[in-house]
Amino acid sequence: MAHEHKLEIFRGLVKFKNNIQKIWGVLIFLSIVTAVEVVLGIFKPEVLTQNYFIGMKLLNWIFIILTLVKAYYIAWDFMHLRDERSSLRRAIVWTPIFLICYLVFILLFEADYIYNIFKDGFLSWNF
Amino acid sequence: MSTTVTTGTEESVWGGGNQPLNASYGKMMMWFFIVSDALTFSGFLVSYGFSRFKFIETWPIADEVFTHVPFFHGNYPMIYVAFMTFILIMSSVTMVLAVDAGHKMKKNKVIWYMFATIIGGAIFVGSQAWEWATFIKGDYGAVETKGGRILQFVDAETGERAALADFSKALPEDRIKHEKSEGVWFMDEGFKTSFSLNEVVAGFKATPNILIRTETINEEGEKTLLSRQESLAKLKDATQVVEGANLIHNEYGSRLFADFFFFITGFHGFHVFSGVLINIIIFFNIILGTYERRGHYEMVEKVGLYWHFVDLVWVFVFTFFYLV
Repeated sequence: MAHEHKLEIFRGLVKFKNNIQKIWGVLIFLSIVTAVEVVLGIFKPEVLTQNYFIGMKLLNWIFIILTLVKAYYIAWDFMHLRDERSSLRRAIVWTPIFLICYLVFILLFEADYIYNIFKDGFLSWNF
Repeated sequence: MSTTVTTGTEESVWGGGNQPLNASYGKMMMWFFIVSDALTFSGFLVSYGFSRFKFIETWPIADEVFTHVPFFHGNYPMIYVAFMTFILIMSSVTMVLAVDAGHKMKKNKVIWYMFATIIGGAIFVGSQAWEWATFIKGDYGAVETKGGRILQFVDAETGERAALADFSKALPEDRIKHEKSEGVWFMDEGFKTSFSLNEVVAGFKATPNILIRTETINEEGEKTLLSRQESLAKLKDATQVVEGANLIHNEYGSRLFADFFFFITGFHGFHVFSGVLINIIIFFNIILGTYERRGHYEMVEKVGLYWHFVDLVWVFVFTFFYLV
Protein backbone atom coordinates (compact mmCIF):
# COMPACT_ATOMS: atom_id res chain seq x y z
CA MET A 1 0.00 0.00 0.00
CA ALA A 2 1.71 3.07 -1.21
CA HIS A 3 0.47 5.97 0.80
CA GLU A 4 2.67 8.56 -0.83
CA HIS A 5 1.39 9.63 -4.24
CA LYS A 6 3.38 11.05 -7.07
CA LEU A 7 1.30 14.01 -8.14
CA GLU A 8 2.92 15.01 -11.42
CA ILE A 9 1.57 14.04 -14.84
CA PHE A 10 2.86 14.86 -18.34
CA ARG A 11 6.45 14.42 -17.05
CA GLY A 12 6.10 17.15 -14.46
CA LEU A 13 4.29 19.65 -16.68
CA VAL A 14 1.20 19.53 -14.47
CA LYS A 15 1.49 19.03 -10.74
CA PHE A 16 -1.57 18.58 -8.57
CA LYS A 17 -1.98 19.62 -4.96
CA ASN A 18 -3.39 16.29 -3.77
CA ASN A 19 -4.40 12.88 -5.03
CA ILE A 20 -8.10 13.72 -5.42
CA GLN A 21 -7.30 16.69 -7.64
CA LYS A 22 -5.02 14.50 -9.71
CA ILE A 23 -7.83 11.96 -10.25
CA TRP A 24 -10.19 14.65 -11.55
CA GLY A 25 -7.42 16.07 -13.71
CA VAL A 26 -6.82 12.66 -15.30
CA LEU A 27 -10.57 12.22 -15.84
CA ILE A 28 -10.74 15.53 -17.70
CA PHE A 29 -7.77 14.52 -19.83
CA LEU A 30 -9.27 11.08 -20.65
CA SER A 31 -12.63 12.68 -21.52
CA ILE A 32 -10.95 15.12 -23.88
CA VAL A 33 -9.08 12.29 -25.61
CA THR A 34 -12.30 10.27 -25.99
CA ALA A 35 -14.13 13.32 -27.34
CA VAL A 36 -11.37 13.89 -29.91
CA GLU A 37 -11.63 10.24 -30.98
CA VAL A 38 -15.40 10.42 -31.36
CA VAL A 39 -15.29 13.69 -33.33
CA LEU A 40 -12.62 12.28 -35.66
CA GLY A 41 -14.63 9.06 -35.99
CA ILE A 42 -17.78 10.94 -37.00
CA PHE A 43 -16.26 13.46 -39.40
CA LYS A 44 -13.36 11.37 -40.77
CA PRO A 45 -11.27 14.18 -42.31
CA GLU A 46 -10.21 13.36 -45.88
CA VAL A 47 -6.58 14.24 -45.18
CA LEU A 48 -6.40 11.50 -42.57
CA THR A 49 -8.30 8.80 -44.48
CA GLN A 50 -6.57 9.29 -47.84
CA ASN A 51 -3.00 9.19 -46.56
CA TYR A 52 -1.30 6.05 -45.41
CA PHE A 53 1.64 5.35 -43.14
CA ILE A 54 3.10 1.82 -43.18
CA GLY A 55 -0.01 0.41 -44.85
CA MET A 56 -2.51 1.92 -42.43
CA LYS A 57 -4.64 5.06 -42.66
CA LEU A 58 -3.34 8.01 -40.65
CA LEU A 59 -6.72 8.19 -38.91
CA ASN A 60 -6.34 4.64 -37.62
CA TRP A 61 -2.82 5.40 -36.41
CA ILE A 62 -4.21 8.36 -34.47
CA PHE A 63 -6.94 6.17 -32.93
CA ILE A 64 -4.48 3.49 -31.85
CA ILE A 65 -1.98 5.97 -30.43
CA LEU A 66 -4.72 7.82 -28.51
CA THR A 67 -5.92 4.46 -27.16
CA LEU A 68 -2.45 3.65 -25.89
CA VAL A 69 -2.27 7.11 -24.30
CA LYS A 70 -5.58 6.45 -22.52
CA ALA A 71 -4.41 3.00 -21.44
CA TYR A 72 -1.24 4.57 -20.00
CA TYR A 73 -3.13 7.05 -17.86
CA ILE A 74 -5.65 4.45 -16.69
CA ALA A 75 -2.86 2.10 -15.64
CA TRP A 76 -0.55 4.75 -14.24
CA ASP A 77 -3.01 6.92 -12.32
CA PHE A 78 -6.18 4.89 -11.74
CA MET A 79 -4.36 1.62 -11.10
CA HIS A 80 -1.67 3.74 -9.40
CA LEU A 81 1.23 2.00 -11.10
CA ARG A 82 2.96 5.38 -10.86
CA ASP A 83 3.24 4.86 -7.10
CA GLU A 84 4.49 1.28 -7.28
CA ARG A 85 8.07 0.05 -7.31
CA SER A 86 9.58 0.19 -10.78
CA SER A 87 10.40 -3.55 -10.59
CA LEU A 88 6.72 -4.44 -10.12
CA ARG A 89 5.70 -1.99 -12.82
CA ARG A 90 8.13 -3.40 -15.36
CA ALA A 91 7.14 -6.99 -14.65
CA ILE A 92 3.48 -6.12 -15.17
CA VAL A 93 3.84 -3.87 -18.18
CA TRP A 94 6.60 -5.27 -20.37
CA THR A 95 5.61 -8.95 -20.22
CA PRO A 96 2.21 -8.47 -21.90
CA ILE A 97 3.52 -5.78 -24.25
CA PHE A 98 6.15 -8.15 -25.58
CA LEU A 99 3.73 -11.08 -25.96
CA ILE A 100 1.00 -8.96 -27.56
CA CYS A 101 3.37 -7.36 -30.08
CA TYR A 102 4.55 -10.83 -31.07
CA LEU A 103 0.99 -12.13 -31.43
CA VAL A 104 -0.14 -9.11 -33.44
CA PHE A 105 2.84 -9.46 -35.73
CA ILE A 106 2.43 -13.15 -36.57
CA LEU A 107 -1.37 -13.17 -36.85
CA LEU A 108 -1.74 -10.05 -38.96
CA PHE A 109 0.96 -11.21 -41.36
CA GLU A 110 -0.71 -14.60 -41.65
CA ALA A 111 -4.07 -12.92 -42.27
CA ASP A 112 -2.61 -10.76 -44.99
CA TYR A 113 -1.18 -13.88 -46.61
CA ILE A 114 -4.60 -15.57 -46.54
CA TYR A 115 -6.15 -12.40 -47.99
CA ASN A 116 -3.77 -12.67 -50.95
CA ILE A 117 -4.58 -16.34 -51.39
CA PHE A 118 -8.29 -15.51 -51.52
CA LYS A 119 -7.59 -12.70 -53.96
CA ASP A 120 -5.10 -14.27 -56.35
CA GLY A 121 -5.41 -18.01 -55.78
CA PHE A 122 -7.74 -20.26 -57.71
CA LEU A 123 -10.38 -19.98 -55.08
CA SER A 124 -13.84 -18.52 -55.29
CA TRP A 125 -15.53 -17.31 -52.15
CA ASN A 126 -17.29 -14.09 -53.16
CA PHE A 127 -20.34 -15.46 -54.96
CA MET B 1 17.55 3.68 0.65
CA SER B 2 14.92 1.00 0.86
CA THR B 3 12.40 1.57 3.57
CA THR B 4 11.41 -2.07 3.88
CA VAL B 5 14.70 -3.48 5.20
CA THR B 6 13.85 -4.59 8.69
CA THR B 7 17.11 -6.16 9.79
CA GLY B 8 20.44 -4.48 10.14
CA THR B 9 22.28 -7.33 8.46
CA GLU B 10 23.69 -7.33 4.95
CA GLU B 11 21.01 -9.74 3.68
CA SER B 12 20.04 -9.41 0.02
CA VAL B 13 16.70 -7.92 -0.95
CA TRP B 14 15.45 -11.23 -2.25
CA GLY B 15 16.67 -13.21 0.78
CA GLY B 16 13.22 -13.39 2.31
CA GLY B 17 11.54 -11.67 5.19
CA ASN B 18 10.76 -8.53 3.31
CA GLN B 19 8.68 -7.39 0.32
CA PRO B 20 11.00 -6.55 -2.55
CA LEU B 21 8.12 -5.31 -4.72
CA ASN B 22 6.48 -3.50 -1.81
CA ALA B 23 3.13 -5.08 -2.64
CA SER B 24 1.11 -7.46 -0.48
CA TYR B 25 0.42 -11.03 -1.56
CA GLY B 26 -3.20 -10.33 -2.45
CA LYS B 27 -2.43 -7.29 -4.51
CA MET B 28 0.31 -9.05 -6.40
CA MET B 29 -1.98 -11.99 -7.20
CA MET B 30 -4.58 -9.54 -8.49
CA TRP B 31 -1.93 -8.07 -10.76
CA PHE B 32 -0.90 -11.51 -12.01
CA PHE B 33 -4.53 -12.31 -12.76
CA ILE B 34 -4.90 -9.02 -14.60
CA VAL B 35 -1.82 -9.71 -16.72
CA SER B 36 -3.11 -13.14 -17.72
CA ASP B 37 -6.60 -11.79 -18.39
CA ALA B 38 -5.11 -9.00 -20.49
CA LEU B 39 -3.43 -11.69 -22.59
CA THR B 40 -6.76 -13.50 -23.00
CA PHE B 41 -8.45 -10.33 -24.21
CA SER B 42 -5.60 -9.48 -26.54
CA GLY B 43 -5.87 -13.00 -27.96
CA PHE B 44 -9.52 -12.28 -28.78
CA LEU B 45 -8.85 -8.84 -30.20
CA VAL B 46 -5.95 -10.05 -32.29
CA SER B 47 -8.02 -12.90 -33.71
CA TYR B 48 -10.62 -10.26 -34.59
CA GLY B 49 -7.83 -8.43 -36.39
CA PHE B 50 -6.86 -11.66 -38.11
CA SER B 51 -10.35 -12.18 -39.53
CA ARG B 52 -10.60 -8.55 -40.45
CA PHE B 53 -7.30 -8.51 -42.34
CA LYS B 54 -8.33 -11.72 -44.04
CA PHE B 55 -11.52 -10.07 -45.37
CA ILE B 56 -10.20 -6.52 -45.40
CA GLU B 57 -12.08 -5.59 -48.57
CA THR B 58 -15.49 -6.76 -47.41
CA TRP B 59 -15.54 -6.09 -43.66
CA PRO B 60 -18.59 -4.17 -42.34
CA ILE B 61 -18.15 -0.48 -41.57
CA ALA B 62 -18.85 0.00 -37.86
CA ASP B 63 -20.30 3.48 -38.35
CA GLU B 64 -23.09 1.94 -40.42
CA VAL B 65 -23.79 -0.82 -37.93
CA PHE B 66 -24.03 0.95 -34.58
CA THR B 67 -26.10 4.02 -35.32
CA HIS B 68 -28.82 4.00 -32.70
CA VAL B 69 -29.34 5.89 -29.47
CA PRO B 70 -32.13 4.87 -27.07
CA PHE B 71 -35.25 7.06 -27.20
CA PHE B 72 -34.01 8.89 -30.31
CA HIS B 73 -34.77 8.14 -33.93
CA GLY B 74 -32.25 8.79 -36.62
CA ASN B 75 -28.68 8.09 -37.50
CA TYR B 76 -26.20 8.82 -34.71
CA PRO B 77 -23.09 6.71 -35.17
CA MET B 78 -20.73 6.46 -32.18
CA ILE B 79 -22.68 8.71 -29.83
CA TYR B 80 -24.04 5.96 -27.62
CA VAL B 81 -20.77 4.02 -27.36
CA ALA B 82 -19.00 7.25 -26.48
CA PHE B 83 -21.55 7.71 -23.71
CA MET B 84 -20.91 4.14 -22.50
CA THR B 85 -17.16 4.77 -22.51
CA PHE B 86 -17.64 7.90 -20.48
CA ILE B 87 -19.85 6.07 -17.94
CA LEU B 88 -17.19 3.41 -17.47
CA ILE B 89 -14.35 5.92 -17.07
CA MET B 90 -16.54 7.86 -14.63
CA SER B 91 -17.17 4.76 -12.52
CA SER B 92 -13.42 4.16 -12.58
CA VAL B 93 -12.97 7.63 -11.13
CA THR B 94 -15.41 7.03 -8.28
CA MET B 95 -13.52 3.78 -7.63
CA VAL B 96 -10.19 5.64 -7.30
CA LEU B 97 -11.91 8.11 -4.98
CA ALA B 98 -13.16 5.17 -2.89
CA VAL B 99 -9.61 3.78 -2.66
CA ASP B 100 -8.32 7.21 -1.70
CA ALA B 101 -10.98 7.61 1.01
CA GLY B 102 -10.07 4.10 2.20
CA HIS B 103 -6.44 5.13 2.71
CA LYS B 104 -7.72 7.92 4.94
CA MET B 105 -10.05 5.47 6.77
CA LYS B 106 -13.17 7.50 5.96
CA LYS B 107 -15.80 4.77 6.02
CA ASN B 108 -18.83 6.82 4.92
CA LYS B 109 -17.04 8.28 1.94
CA VAL B 110 -15.90 4.82 0.82
CA ILE B 111 -19.50 3.61 1.04
CA TRP B 112 -20.86 6.39 -1.15
CA TYR B 113 -18.10 6.16 -3.72
CA MET B 114 -18.52 2.38 -3.95
CA PHE B 115 -22.25 2.89 -4.38
CA ALA B 116 -21.64 5.29 -7.28
CA THR B 117 -19.23 2.79 -8.85
CA ILE B 118 -21.82 0.01 -8.69
CA ILE B 119 -24.46 2.25 -10.30
CA GLY B 120 -22.05 3.19 -13.10
CA GLY B 121 -21.28 -0.48 -13.75
CA ALA B 122 -24.98 -1.34 -13.82
CA ILE B 123 -25.69 1.44 -16.33
CA PHE B 124 -22.88 0.14 -18.52
CA VAL B 125 -24.10 -3.48 -18.47
CA GLY B 126 -27.63 -2.28 -19.22
CA SER B 127 -26.39 -0.20 -22.15
CA GLN B 128 -24.51 -3.15 -23.51
CA ALA B 129 -27.61 -5.32 -23.28
CA TRP B 130 -29.50 -2.68 -25.24
CA GLU B 131 -26.71 -2.53 -27.79
CA TRP B 132 -26.92 -6.30 -28.23
CA ALA B 133 -30.70 -6.25 -28.55
CA THR B 134 -30.52 -3.56 -31.24
CA PHE B 135 -27.85 -5.47 -33.12
CA ILE B 136 -29.77 -8.75 -32.96
CA LYS B 137 -33.02 -7.13 -34.04
CA GLY B 138 -31.39 -5.56 -37.07
CA ASP B 139 -32.07 -2.48 -39.06
CA TYR B 140 -32.98 -2.68 -42.74
CA GLY B 141 -32.76 -6.36 -43.57
CA ALA B 142 -30.79 -7.89 -46.43
CA VAL B 143 -30.51 -11.01 -48.56
CA GLU B 144 -27.78 -13.58 -48.41
CA THR B 145 -26.20 -15.26 -51.44
CA LYS B 146 -25.19 -18.86 -51.86
CA GLY B 147 -21.63 -17.99 -50.86
CA GLY B 148 -22.83 -16.39 -47.63
CA ARG B 149 -22.30 -12.82 -48.87
CA ILE B 150 -24.77 -10.11 -47.92
CA LEU B 151 -26.61 -7.90 -50.42
CA GLN B 152 -28.13 -4.74 -48.99
CA PHE B 153 -30.60 -2.37 -50.63
CA VAL B 154 -30.25 1.33 -51.32
CA ASP B 155 -32.76 3.90 -52.54
CA ALA B 156 -31.24 5.28 -55.76
CA GLU B 157 -32.87 8.70 -55.41
CA THR B 158 -31.89 9.57 -51.85
CA GLY B 159 -28.80 7.38 -51.62
CA GLU B 160 -30.03 6.10 -48.26
CA ARG B 161 -30.46 2.51 -47.21
CA ALA B 162 -33.82 0.96 -48.05
CA ALA B 163 -35.51 -1.41 -45.64
CA LEU B 164 -37.06 -4.62 -46.94
CA ALA B 165 -40.47 -3.35 -45.88
CA ASP B 166 -40.06 -0.27 -48.13
CA PHE B 167 -40.28 -2.20 -51.38
CA SER B 168 -41.15 -5.83 -50.75
CA LYS B 169 -44.39 -6.98 -52.25
CA ALA B 170 -46.85 -9.07 -50.30
CA LEU B 171 -47.48 -12.14 -52.44
CA PRO B 172 -50.52 -14.36 -52.10
CA GLU B 173 -48.36 -17.27 -50.98
CA ASP B 174 -48.95 -19.37 -47.94
CA ARG B 175 -45.85 -19.60 -45.86
CA ILE B 176 -46.47 -21.79 -42.83
CA LYS B 177 -43.96 -21.80 -40.05
CA HIS B 178 -42.67 -25.29 -39.42
CA GLU B 179 -43.12 -26.21 -35.79
CA LYS B 180 -41.73 -28.96 -33.62
CA SER B 181 -45.12 -30.62 -33.23
CA GLU B 182 -45.55 -30.90 -37.01
CA GLY B 183 -42.22 -32.50 -37.73
CA VAL B 184 -41.14 -36.08 -38.04
CA TRP B 185 -38.14 -35.27 -35.89
CA PHE B 186 -38.02 -32.71 -33.07
CA MET B 187 -37.06 -29.77 -35.20
CA ASP B 188 -38.60 -26.38 -35.72
CA GLU B 189 -37.38 -23.65 -38.01
CA GLY B 190 -36.85 -20.96 -35.41
CA PHE B 191 -37.01 -17.38 -36.55
CA LYS B 192 -39.17 -16.55 -39.57
CA THR B 193 -38.31 -13.40 -41.51
CA SER B 194 -41.05 -10.88 -42.16
CA PHE B 195 -40.75 -11.31 -45.96
CA SER B 196 -39.96 -14.37 -48.01
CA LEU B 197 -37.24 -14.27 -50.63
CA ASN B 198 -39.86 -14.37 -53.40
CA GLU B 199 -41.57 -11.31 -51.96
CA VAL B 200 -38.31 -9.38 -51.78
CA VAL B 201 -37.34 -10.34 -55.34
CA ALA B 202 -40.79 -9.49 -56.72
CA GLY B 203 -40.75 -6.17 -54.89
CA PHE B 204 -37.27 -5.41 -56.16
CA LYS B 205 -38.28 -6.05 -59.76
CA ALA B 206 -41.36 -3.86 -59.39
CA THR B 207 -39.50 -0.90 -57.81
CA PRO B 208 -37.00 0.56 -60.31
CA ASN B 209 -35.32 2.99 -57.92
CA ILE B 210 -33.88 0.33 -55.61
CA LEU B 211 -30.26 -0.73 -56.08
CA ILE B 212 -28.09 -3.39 -54.49
CA ARG B 213 -25.07 -2.63 -52.37
CA THR B 214 -22.44 -5.37 -52.03
CA GLU B 215 -20.02 -5.96 -49.17
CA THR B 216 -17.00 -4.88 -51.20
CA ILE B 217 -15.43 -1.61 -50.06
CA ASN B 218 -14.36 0.67 -52.91
CA GLU B 219 -11.47 3.13 -53.07
CA GLU B 220 -13.44 5.86 -51.32
CA GLY B 221 -13.89 3.56 -48.34
CA GLU B 222 -17.57 3.02 -49.08
CA LYS B 223 -19.55 -0.07 -49.98
CA THR B 224 -19.90 -0.69 -53.72
CA LEU B 225 -23.22 0.29 -55.28
CA LEU B 226 -24.31 -1.76 -58.30
CA SER B 227 -26.21 -0.38 -61.28
CA ARG B 228 -29.81 -1.48 -61.86
CA GLN B 229 -28.74 -4.06 -64.47
CA GLU B 230 -25.99 -5.48 -62.24
CA SER B 231 -28.38 -5.47 -59.29
CA LEU B 232 -30.97 -7.52 -61.15
CA ALA B 233 -28.28 -10.00 -62.18
CA LYS B 234 -26.82 -10.16 -58.68
CA LEU B 235 -30.21 -10.76 -57.06
CA LYS B 236 -30.38 -14.13 -58.82
CA ASP B 237 -27.65 -15.38 -56.46
CA ALA B 238 -29.77 -14.68 -53.39
CA THR B 239 -30.81 -17.73 -51.41
CA GLN B 240 -32.47 -16.31 -48.32
CA VAL B 241 -33.63 -13.23 -46.46
CA VAL B 242 -31.67 -12.09 -43.40
CA GLU B 243 -33.01 -9.80 -40.72
CA GLY B 244 -30.80 -8.83 -37.83
CA ALA B 245 -27.73 -10.70 -36.70
CA ASN B 246 -26.94 -13.92 -34.91
CA LEU B 247 -24.02 -16.33 -34.90
CA ILE B 248 -24.91 -17.80 -38.31
CA HIS B 249 -26.39 -14.93 -40.32
CA ASN B 250 -25.64 -11.24 -40.17
CA GLU B 251 -27.47 -8.63 -42.20
CA TYR B 252 -24.69 -6.08 -41.64
CA GLY B 253 -22.11 -8.06 -43.63
CA SER B 254 -19.53 -10.65 -42.71
CA ARG B 255 -20.91 -13.12 -40.18
CA LEU B 256 -17.52 -13.21 -38.46
CA PHE B 257 -18.12 -9.59 -37.50
CA ALA B 258 -21.22 -10.60 -35.55
CA ASP B 259 -19.47 -13.61 -34.03
CA PHE B 260 -16.60 -11.51 -32.73
CA PHE B 261 -18.94 -8.76 -31.61
CA PHE B 262 -20.97 -11.20 -29.50
CA PHE B 263 -17.91 -12.98 -28.21
CA ILE B 264 -15.66 -10.06 -27.30
CA THR B 265 -18.25 -7.59 -26.01
CA GLY B 266 -19.99 -10.51 -24.32
CA PHE B 267 -16.81 -11.59 -22.56
CA HIS B 268 -16.14 -8.02 -21.55
CA GLY B 269 -19.74 -7.52 -20.43
CA PHE B 270 -19.44 -10.65 -18.32
CA HIS B 271 -16.33 -9.15 -16.70
CA VAL B 272 -18.26 -5.98 -15.94
CA PHE B 273 -21.13 -8.02 -14.55
CA SER B 274 -18.88 -10.03 -12.24
CA GLY B 275 -17.09 -6.78 -11.32
CA VAL B 276 -20.41 -5.31 -10.23
CA LEU B 277 -21.14 -8.44 -8.16
CA ILE B 278 -17.72 -8.30 -6.46
CA ASN B 279 -18.19 -4.57 -5.87
CA ILE B 280 -21.53 -5.29 -4.20
CA ILE B 281 -19.94 -7.87 -1.89
CA ILE B 282 -17.19 -5.41 -0.93
CA PHE B 283 -19.81 -2.67 -0.54
CA PHE B 284 -21.66 -4.71 2.09
CA ASN B 285 -18.40 -5.61 3.81
CA ILE B 286 -17.61 -1.92 4.12
CA ILE B 287 -21.05 -1.19 5.57
CA LEU B 288 -20.62 -4.03 8.06
CA GLY B 289 -17.31 -2.50 9.10
CA THR B 290 -15.14 -5.49 8.17
CA TYR B 291 -12.27 -3.33 6.90
CA GLU B 292 -12.62 -0.86 9.73
CA ARG B 293 -11.91 -3.75 12.12
CA ARG B 294 -9.13 -5.09 9.88
CA GLY B 295 -7.46 -1.71 10.09
CA HIS B 296 -7.03 -1.11 6.37
CA TYR B 297 -9.08 -0.91 3.17
CA GLU B 298 -6.73 -2.86 0.94
CA MET B 299 -9.59 -5.04 -0.29
CA VAL B 300 -11.17 -1.98 -1.90
CA GLU B 301 -7.88 -1.30 -3.61
CA LYS B 302 -7.75 -4.86 -4.98
CA VAL B 303 -11.27 -4.85 -6.46
CA GLY B 304 -10.41 -1.37 -7.66
CA LEU B 305 -7.56 -2.82 -9.72
CA TYR B 306 -9.94 -5.32 -11.31
CA TRP B 307 -12.50 -2.60 -12.01
CA HIS B 308 -9.95 -0.33 -13.70
CA PHE B 309 -8.77 -3.28 -15.75
CA VAL B 310 -12.30 -3.75 -17.08
CA ASP B 311 -12.26 -0.07 -18.06
CA LEU B 312 -8.85 -0.52 -19.69
CA VAL B 313 -10.11 -3.43 -21.80
CA TRP B 314 -13.13 -1.42 -22.89
CA VAL B 315 -10.87 1.36 -24.16
CA PHE B 316 -9.32 -1.16 -26.54
CA VAL B 317 -12.61 -2.80 -27.53
CA PHE B 318 -14.00 0.67 -28.25
CA THR B 319 -11.09 1.47 -30.54
CA PHE B 320 -10.96 -1.76 -32.47
CA PHE B 321 -14.70 -2.39 -32.80
CA TYR B 322 -16.09 1.08 -33.23
CA LEU B 323 -13.35 3.43 -34.37
CA VAL B 324 -10.75 1.73 -36.54
